[in-house]
Amino acid sequence: MREVIKAAFPFTIPVMLGYVPMGMGYGILMVSSGYGLLWSAGSSILIFSGTGQFVSVNFLTAGVALLQVALIIIILNSRMMFYGLSFLDKWNGMGWRKWYMIHALTDETYAVLNTAKPPEGMDKQKFMFAIAMMDQSYWVIGTILGAIAGSLLTIDTTGIDFMMTALFIVLCMDQWKAYKTHEPVFEGLVCSILSLVIFGPDNFMVPSLLAILVILLVRRQPIEKKQAVEQEVRGENI
Amino acid sequence: MNSEVMLYSVMILALIVLLTYAARLFPFILFSRGGETPKVAIYLGNTLPPVVIMLLIIYCLRNATPMAWPHALPELIGVLSVIVLYKVTKNNLIGIVGGTIIYMFLVQAVFV
Repeated sequence: MREVIKAAFPFTIPVMLGYVPMGMGYGILMVSSGYGLLWSAGSSILIFSGTGQFVSVNFLTAGVALLQVALIIIILNSRMMFYGLSFLDKWNGMGWRKWYMIHALTDETYAVLNTAKPPEGMDKQKFMFAIAMMDQSYWVIGTILGAIAGSLLTIDTTGIDFMMTALFIVLCMDQWKAYKTHEPVFEGLVCSILSLVIFGPDNFMVPSLLAILVILLVRRQPIEKKQAVEQEVRGENI
Repeated sequence: MNSEVMLYSVMILALIVLLTYAARLFPFILFSRGGETPKVAIYLGNTLPPVVIMLLIIYCLRNATPMAWPHALPELIGVLSVIVLYKVTKNNLIGIVGGTIIYMFLVQAVFV
């Protein structure tokens, strides 16, 4: 096992550099919202999803209805529904580890698992399991450090929730580069702002999600045409 | 924390745990029997992620007040700081942490 960890570690370093500080941010944010170490570390172990956990802080403090939480999380997680497609056969015969691999399939781990190659002669499944375990441990360690730091900090943390906004802006910029067609993003922006103006800050998410779905389905043909061009350019298949 | 808030919090988090695992499990359940992925599902799965992120950015900024003091200025400057810092340094952490510190300074010391 030690050899496997040694071989897998270098591939996880970029994830560590991202997960430890982001996990700390999450831990600090949770403490400043009144949720201590057990809550944040428990969430990082059981949920293990950066976007999901950051949004959950908002739900917890704002007291959002369960149905609305469910809808937002389902749409938010819709991208994950396709990550497993790459591993349908590769995780057969892993026993209980397969169920853990599914749990650990974050955006970052998905990217690393798709690119990292084990050294000659090493069991590929053990190698992938080690990567997944290490990635999650960085996230949990970051969360614990943040929760401890947050409870020791005596500085004014007003405005620290902007970290979540900043995270989404950075994610949006990354995706902006990856997509040739920006039409869906503009439609999302217009739907969200109109819905916010009409329904107000507490009730606008569900109407804007529905409006976005309708528009994307209506505009499916032209958008798919542009995406096809995009895939030719990137030389990828789905 | 009173027991009502605690129960609500546990329910919210448990719901997210379940839905997140379900999303990751989805293809393993659906395609282990050799079924075909509906094309519309692939289309939405490809198209939705950046749109949802856009919606979440608006969600995060929903309580800004463009019509009243401070006219959403802290949010505007904060968002621009993140974009510029990330564009210039190409480092997502500098963008996120730097932008947050600037925003915190603005709401605590400038626009009070």
